[in-house]
Amino acid sequence: MKDKSATEKATNTAQPLKTGAQCVIDGLVQEGCEVLFGYPGGAVLDIFNCLYDAPFQFVLSRHEQGAVHMADGYARATGKPGCCLVTSGPGATNTVTGLATAYMDGIPLVCICGQVALNMIGNDAFQEADVMGITRPVTKHNFLVRDADELPGIIAQAFYIATTGKPGPVVIDLPKNVQKQKTAVLPPTQVAMRAYHPDIAVDSAAVAKLADLINRAERPLLYAGGGAVSGNASEVLTSLAHKANIPVCTTLMAMGVFSEDDPLALRMVGMHGSVAANYAIDHCDLLISVGARFDDRVTGKISAFASRATIVHIDIDRSAIGKSVRSDLGIEGYAKPVLEAVLPLVKQATHNEWIEQVNLWKARFPFVYPEQSDVIMPQYVIEQIHAVSKGQAVITTDVGQHQMWSTQYFRYTHPRNFISSGGLGTMGFGLPACIGAQFGRKDELVVCITGDGGVQMNFQELVVAVEHRLPIVVVIINNGYLGMVRQWQELFYGKRYSGVMLSQHKRAPNEHIDEAPVYLPDFVKMAEAHGACARRVAKPEEVAPALKEAFESRKTWVIECIVSPEANVFPMIPPGAHVAEMINRTV
Amino acid sequence: MKHIINCLVENQPGVLARIVGLISGRGYNIETLNVGPTADPTVSKMTIVVPGDSHVIEQVTRQLAKQINVIEVVDMTNRRHINRELILVRVATKSYANRAEIVDLAALFTARVVAVQEDSVMIQMAGNQETVADFLHLLKPYEIVDISRSGVIAVDRELVDSTPKNA
Repeated sequence: MKDKSATEKATNTAQPLKTGAQCVIDGLVQEGCEVLFGYPGGAVLDIFNCLYDAPFQFVLSRHEQGAVHMADGYARATGKPGCCLVTSGPGATNTVTGLATAYMDGIPLVCICGQVALNMIGNDAFQEADVMGITRPVTKHNFLVRDADELPGIIAQAFYIATTGKPGPVVIDLPKNVQKQKTAVLPPTQVAMRAYHPDIAVDSAAVAKLADLINRAERPLLYAGGGAVSGNASEVLTSLAHKANIPVCTTLMAMGVFSEDDPLALRMVGMHGSVAANYAIDHCDLLISVGARFDDRVTGKISAFASRATIVHIDIDRSAIGKSVRSDLGIEGYAKPVLEAVLPLVKQATHNEWIEQVNLWKARFPFVYPEQSDVIMPQYVIEQIHAVSKGQAVITTDVGQHQMWSTQYFRYTHPRNFISSGGLGTMGFGLPACIGAQFGRKDELVVCITGDGGVQMNFQELVVAVEHRLPIVVVIINNGYLGMVRQWQELFYGKRYSGVMLSQHKRAPNEHIDEAPVYLPDFVKMAEAHGACARRVAKPEEVAPALKEAFESRKTWVIECIVSPEANVFPMIPPGAHVAEMINRTV
Repeated sequence: MKHIINCLVENQPGVLARIVGLISGRGYNIETLNVGPTADPTVSKMTIVVPGDSHVIEQVTRQLAKQINVIEVVDMTNRRHINRELILVRVATKSYANRAEIVDLAALFTARVVAVQEDSVMIQMAGNQETVADFLHLLKPYEIVDISRSGVIAVDRELVDSTPKNA
């Protein structure tokens, strides 16, 4: 969308010409970029040349996927957009998993990809890939820049799109010749887009209806999701819950948006959520979703989900309302202004019977696991991380059993303190996200809880933490298995453990390797080779001292915990099942 | 059920791919697709005919509406609207009598013969979805050698306020 008149005007006022590459740096500065994650290559040499003099920090990842996850972790930890810069072809294709991760969870990112020169596009040029085609389904929007005159406007639009409405990743595909091309166009002072209008006025009629529903409800329940975090609705959500005495459950994306130390907190809902949260969903007469999207890991059997309830869905994304679960009242809008409008209309209430019932569930069904004295239980490690850090840590995770235990055995009291790939479930996310989060929150303790599977997917990024002297602590819950897959194979596939053994021990016949070492890698040596401090612990009494040393050292640490190999995550509602089919093991 | 979806979009490269990708990515086959500029050359109108159940189509239209370059999306199916499709169909003629029958049939549908050869006629026919389907059904006993269809276009019967929500 080239605005000729604007171009001419700018030229007439005799602005000094600058290259497209310089426009990128200036645009990032204008958008408040503090740290740029990325990896260079032939198609972005001009930008890296300008980057040499940039006023913000550049962080070189060791793989482009790592760079995007770092930007993502930074964005989740700070609420500011993450920025990354990669080269064309393989550089850009390596970002796809990171972009898809951010897209599923609504995380604001701007990713600038080099591209071959415009006249080479479509010619199978060296390091060429159809980045627009490849990234289209995993981004909120993407741009191909055809002319340097468009670039200042596109950068401003990219940040605007990434951070407004339901946030998401935006890709700017920037051909090499455009980086060299000169322009006099200045960045716009204001972004106005013809077909994108994320500012939504609060629908006061709908708000009045919601207030009325709350005032008449006997068993109301708040169900907060990622939108409550990205919409900065934590405080008003808490005020609403307290005023009308409404219990609150959260999704994986919203851990801590309502303090889990609050008596009204039911903690996480869904497949591996608390019994109380899931029973409350099943028994409530009014379910108020605040920026949650009724993911299948939350709902289980959709036809039976919250079957006794009037369902209210507050979401900035209209297409999410009623998508998977019927919605009796849909309110399109940002969580915070909607709740702020509802709050004064809501009457104080006690809901004594309901609260009593909910508290009974909480007391009867806490998260429990079989304690052992000779072997470390994985759940115990998480409890100790919580205890030693006094709950004051930012936690990032990979995906699987350790991720679920991290929701169950650490209590989150603030939003943006639990950083995890929710929608896409991306293994390899934890370590780079931890690095990004530490860049955003320099003075806080940032801990990556990961597994022996997930950590190997992006282990190379540990170097980045070490070279930047980041005091992150990586805790590897090592059970020798791809644990969550193994758990499903145990429960649903007759214990036929296929493709989940990370050791050579008891492998299926077609996976057997003669004379291979029993277990690889040695994580302590691996961490030390990357320059980090490292320790392996195998006894329960060693866990807390190791954590204490690492947390206090302000150095990059890897602690490998050898844990009970076949511990399972409970409770568990089998996929597509109703809460009544919950599998729970009590001690 | 078939749905006719009208989509007003910014006339830019990549927008068509985004729309088509969104629909096909869900495993739905686009039956016909028509794109052309509107009175405002910076805006294009797409008319998409896609079969699917109403819940899913509603979801698709909402997903389409939130695309950055999409100005407005309307499911025309249950609105008072006029739809038309233009087809060019070449039918084999085995004899004079055979040709006469085909021309006669075309006349009943106010279709025109636009080219004649010794062994075939080319018919230009325009009508709404049902009429086109009826015409093609009646042509079945004859041999259709070639067919090109423009895809359905649709407009509201009455002038309606088309200001997009939230604009």
